[in-house]
Amino acid sequence: MNVMYLYAVVAVLLFVIGLHGVIAYSHLLRKIVALNIMGSGTFLLLVSIAYGRPEGGPDPVPHAMVLTGIVVAVSATAFGLALVRRLYSETGKPYLPNGDTEKSGR
Amino acid sequence: MNGIVSIPWVAWAVLFPLASAILSFLLGQKRVLWAGIPGVFGTFLSVLLLSSQVWQQGPQRYAIGGWRAPLGIEWHVDGLSIVMLLMTAVSGLFISIYAVGYYSRQSRGHKHSNNLFWPLWLFLWAALNGLFLSADLFNLYVTLELAGIAAVALVTLTGGQVALSAGLRYLLAALLGAMSYLMGVALLYASFGVLDIRMLSALAAPGPAVFISATLMTLGLLIKTALFPLHFWLPPAHANAPAPVSAMLSGLVVKGSFYLMMRLWVEVFPSSLWPIGGQFLGVLAGAAILWGSIMALRQGSLKMTIAYSTVAQIGYLFLFFPLASPRLFIAEGEVSGPGLYAFWGCVYQALSHALAKAAMFMAAGNIMRVLGHDCIGRMDGVNQRLPLTLFAFGLSGVSLMGLPPSGGFVAKWLLLKAALEKEHWGLVLIIVAGGLLASAYVFKVLKHALAQSSQNDLLERVPPTMDIPTLILATLSLLLGFTARPLLSLLTRGSIF
Amino acid sequence: MMRWVIGSVMIAFGGILVWGVMSLPGGDGLTVKVEERMEMSGVTHPVTAVLLNFRGYDTLLEIGVLLLALFGVYSLRRSRPDPTGVSVSHPFLLALTRLLVPVMILMGGYLFWSGAYAPGGAFQAGAVLGAAGVLLYLNGFDLPGRKKEWLLRLYLAIGFVFFLGIGGGLVAAGNRLLEYPPDLAGSLIIIIEAGLTLSIGFILAELYISNSSLEIGPDVFVTEKG
Repeated sequence: MNVMYLYAVVAVLLFVIGLHGVIAYSHLLRKIVALNIMGSGTFLLLVSIAYGRPEGGPDPVPHAMVLTGIVVAVSATAFGLALVRRLYSETGKPYLPNGDTEKSGR
Repeated sequence: MNGIVSIPWVAWAVLFPLASAILSFLLGQKRVLWAGIPGVFGTFLSVLLLSSQVWQQGPQRYAIGGWRAPLGIEWHVDGLSIVMLLMTAVSGLFISIYAVGYYSRQSRGHKHSNNLFWPLWLFLWAALNGLFLSADLFNLYVTLELAGIAAVALVTLTGGQVALSAGLRYLLAALLGAMSYLMGVALLYASFGVLDIRMLSALAAPGPAVFISATLMTLGLLIKTALFPLHFWLPPAHANAPAPVSAMLSGLVVKGSFYLMMRLWVEVFPSSLWPIGGQFLGVLAGAAILWGSIMALRQGSLKMTIAYSTVAQIGYLFLFFPLASPRLFIAEGEVSGPGLYAFWGCVYQALSHALAKAAMFMAAGNIMRVLGHDCIGRMDGVNQRLPLTLFAFGLSGVSLMGLPPSGGFVAKWLLLKAALEKEHWGLVLIIVAGGLLASAYVFKVLKHALAQSSQNDLLERVPPTMDIPTLILATLSLLLGFTARPLLSLLTRGSIF
Repeated sequence: MMRWVIGSVMIAFGGILVWGVMSLPGGDGLTVKVEERMEMSGVTHPVTAVLLNFRGYDTLLEIGVLLLALFGVYSLRRSRPDPTGVSVSHPFLLALTRLLVPVMILMGGYLFWSGAYAPGGAFQAGAVLGAAGVLLYLNGFDLPGRKKEWLLRLYLAIGFVFFLGIGGGLVAAGNRLLEYPPDLAGSLIIIIEAGLTLSIGFILAELYISNSSLEIGPDVFVTEKG
């Protein structure tokens, strides 16, 4: 059982590091990488939960959740990266334009 | 007739949109409507037939794959789910008709003809239906992501730089929310070993992990529903999307994550969360109503005004949390208890806002098609060219302001009753103030649009497929006030889980 | 200054999370329930049983998410990608590709097949195939089927179509959604996974390949009004 807690703590710390990254950095690629780190933290937590008894096998449901989660994360990342690439090609900057959230869009 | 009753319409409510989504992708640009139109009608009919099943037979539970929870995933259809499904179906039907007209002429420009609107929209509809039906926490995560990615892709569909950055902001916010939610799910599974909401409501006991999970999931859903102060992504995204997309985003997608929050707070999270958490959410809700309405008043662009109005109207939804209570769904077979008015009011608010706001955005789309811009100050004379559209805009405005006999009036009146019952005077004031501010920005738009203008430069005509659905939806939002009794009794049918 | 605020909030949040995690009970979760029902699932590997049978609906939606991401990327494209214009030409890469791609295809097939009884399955196989597709693209080879648009769409959609078709067909036949009859379960799962492997490979490769057509090209992009 102790092993599970070690991984779980690491997982949660990864989550927080990723969260910090999304909020604190303004470069879009960093934000996306940070989101992936958050995801990795969550997945690691799920895998550590699956540990189960030493003699039996691991719990397969969290494994399935992680597989699904990875695919979803990869899809979202791919789309996000394409958006960043396209935005960069239009504006020349890999940052979200500032201050236009409260202004009219047209 | 017996055959119709025994068909599992709940499954078709998800199968139809999924099937027509992939078929419309396979058929390509020219024949996309061959799959799109049957899919829209099939989905609409399935939901209607499902609601008649629920009305007659009570709540349903459907074990997908034949595997009962907790091993498998189950669908649960009760009053709340079916009302949300109906809201999506009715709005979806008319938004789809509108979209046919909207995209009926190829956009100018050198875009390679790959308009993926229909596959994306049908997937979004499937995701929303799946969300309202699902009783499994992880499955809900997948439907949230499905809806989120579809929504972002729809925002950036044909936009320029502004739509791109708005879409990217939306994507980042949506992913952040989804990740937070998933972490909460992981913690709940770790604590109790099940993912099914009904089983969790029986098993869940307060503890540090549960409280953290509740916080994470709530924060994640708050950012997805764009409650103040996490609303920053919504105005640019909804304002800069194509008109039918704005209608579905403001009308439907934000209601999905709100619905989930309602379920989780009442079913799963410990009731000790309600006193403090409820008041905190109430403060945010009040701030959303005031801030959203004031910002709406200050905008110069019509679509931005409508988008900020959404921010404000979302605040009304969250008045559920200070005004209702977790003891709401205790009776078997029926929803009752303290906070019933708040429950009714918020669901009715979701319903009427969906119809009215979709109609408003569709009207804005018509105006932009004709004028070529959406600057309020230069809208003089629009009424002469688009009388039906302006009338529809006015009707939707009536619902937003909360004037009788519209659905918005019923919603706000129920919320006022709930607030008075709990002697929450601050909220009473805010509800009233919100209505006044809404009338301010609606009249601001109407003042310009109804003014006479001597110019007669018609940029384009608006096809009837764009004009008429707008009017129908707006009229429905008005008529919603008359259908309060049957709808509310459908809502109370069946305890939640 | 803002940095310190954010940083300290994060540290506090991290501490709370660690405290919460340490309080988690250990436990089996659903292991026992899965073991009990395994022989009805048609496969012998528990994770595959969960993914493709017990919680197959999640997997169906997940493929939907993959497709949606691809749709999103497609709508951002400005032109059709042209692999013959790819300028990553290095003899070492070409040699490596020639060696690796056949092995990768073989490995993809093996991974797909072994998913029934060992770790593996459609996603793992699809990932390997997708990587093979990327390698081919980097050397200027075109993927099979990309010349004809409808064929490519078919490859992309076929996994989802199989899955939805079988799942929905069962509804039409009177079963519940995705309720495989236990004697047919194994074969149906293999069919679904075959389609998924092909589709996932193509989708992943296309997600990469489309990236090159996002830059500003000779086309001028006109914004739609309204």
